[in-house]
Amino acid sequence: MSFTPNIQAFCCHYTSQQTLAEGPQGLLADGFPKSVTIHRLVCTGKLEVSTILKAFEDGADGVYVAGCPLDKCHNLMGSQRAAKRVAAIKKALAELGVEPERIEMYHLERGFHPGFVKAAQEMDERITTLGPSPFKAELSSLPAQTKLMPSGCQGGAK
Amino acid sequence: MIIAERKPINEIMDMVKDAKRILVLGCRGCVTVCSAGGEREVEILASLIRLGKQKAGQEVSTIEATLVRQCDKEYIDSMDQWDGQYDAIVSMACGVGVNFIANLRPMAKVYPGVNTVSFGGSAEQGVWSEQCAGCGNCVLHLTGGLCPVARCAKSLMNGPCGGSVGGRCEIHKDVPCIWQSIHDKLVRIDNKEGLAAIAPIRDWSTAGHGGPRKTVRNDLTV
Ligand code: SF4
Ligand code: SF4
Repeated sequence: MSFTPNIQAFCCHYTSQQTLAEGPQGLLADGFPKSVTIHRLVCTGKLEVSTILKAFEDGADGVYVAGCPLDKCHNLMGSQRAAKRVAAIKKALAELGVEPERIEMYHLERGFHPGFVKAAQEMDERITTLGPSPFKAELSSLPAQTKLMPSGCQGGAK
Repeated sequence: MIIAERKPINEIMDMVKDAKRILVLGCRGCVTVCSAGGEREVEILASLIRLGKQKAGQEVSTIEATLVRQCDKEYIDSMDQWDGQYDAIVSMACGVGVNFIANLRPMAKVYPGVNTVSFGGSAEQGVWSEQCAGCGNCVLHLTGGLCPVARCAKSLMNGPCGGSVGGRCEIHKDVPCIWQSIHDKLVRIDNKEGLAAIAPIRDWSTAGHGGPRKTVRNDLTV
């Protein structure tokens, strides 16, 4: 059975400028895989671990983050921070018995650059080979989540 | 503050393997400051637990909440609001919090989400080091403010031992010999008595060797 992966890409404003300039059709013409959905961020340093985990909960088979080169981040350390968070998630995936390769960090040049398309192609190929996310096991009902806002969980609410 | 770090997620998954409804409970005290068990870490752990259960094909629901503290009865009492809504609690507070929940909610299954590591401080961003062991009979006035109980590998009261080389402890070249530091400090502050003093054999009963410790302040009790 053919498998089209669901890949979520979190890219900073600078590494993903091409998406704005070319639009989705232009990117596809460059060879950007259809399986990848781009989320643009002001800086990958803004990206929370929980946001990436949520992407897996929502059905991603793979996730990657594209930020500036380690030593040339527009916001100095944003992409270094993102890389550390990605590394932490790799560790957690491994602890859960899931391939850590399902999440990756890319450090790309800014603006128009073949690396932007290449990273997406690489992830598409990798995740297609790995197959569907092990987190997509059949469930009898959907997982629920209750999140209590800070005011609701101040204990004695003094 | 109390330093903690999250347990490996597979260890936590094993604890909650039979639970379908899990309360992931953080604490706004020390574990928030050392980024082990505050609101953000609760969100991450709850997500990891749901993913782990999804992978196992098991149903799960999580409640995410963070108490002001887990080491005071009044805040533990506020857990009444979730009565009947969970099968298990994963507490991300230090071991004190887990114990408090276990003490005060006799029927609850409560599990530790973190390993409680030490009483320490932030040495640099993301790095914490042990500074005190809560020995109950502080000797810092004799040691230039540097703790031989927590920071000497042998908790020596009259150091250094023969393994101290070049200011480093014999257990590892990255560990300073605190007794070398104590001597250096006493020289710097010209504390000749401190340098010459020989500490007597120590009574460790205050350090927990005499059983669990209890602090009673009659001026505060009601
Ligand atoms: S002597 Fe005891 S109380 Fe004082 S810092 Fe060391 S362990 Fe803590
Ligand atoms: S080398 Fe120093 S710190 Fe290490 S055990 Fe000996 S006295 Fe203690």
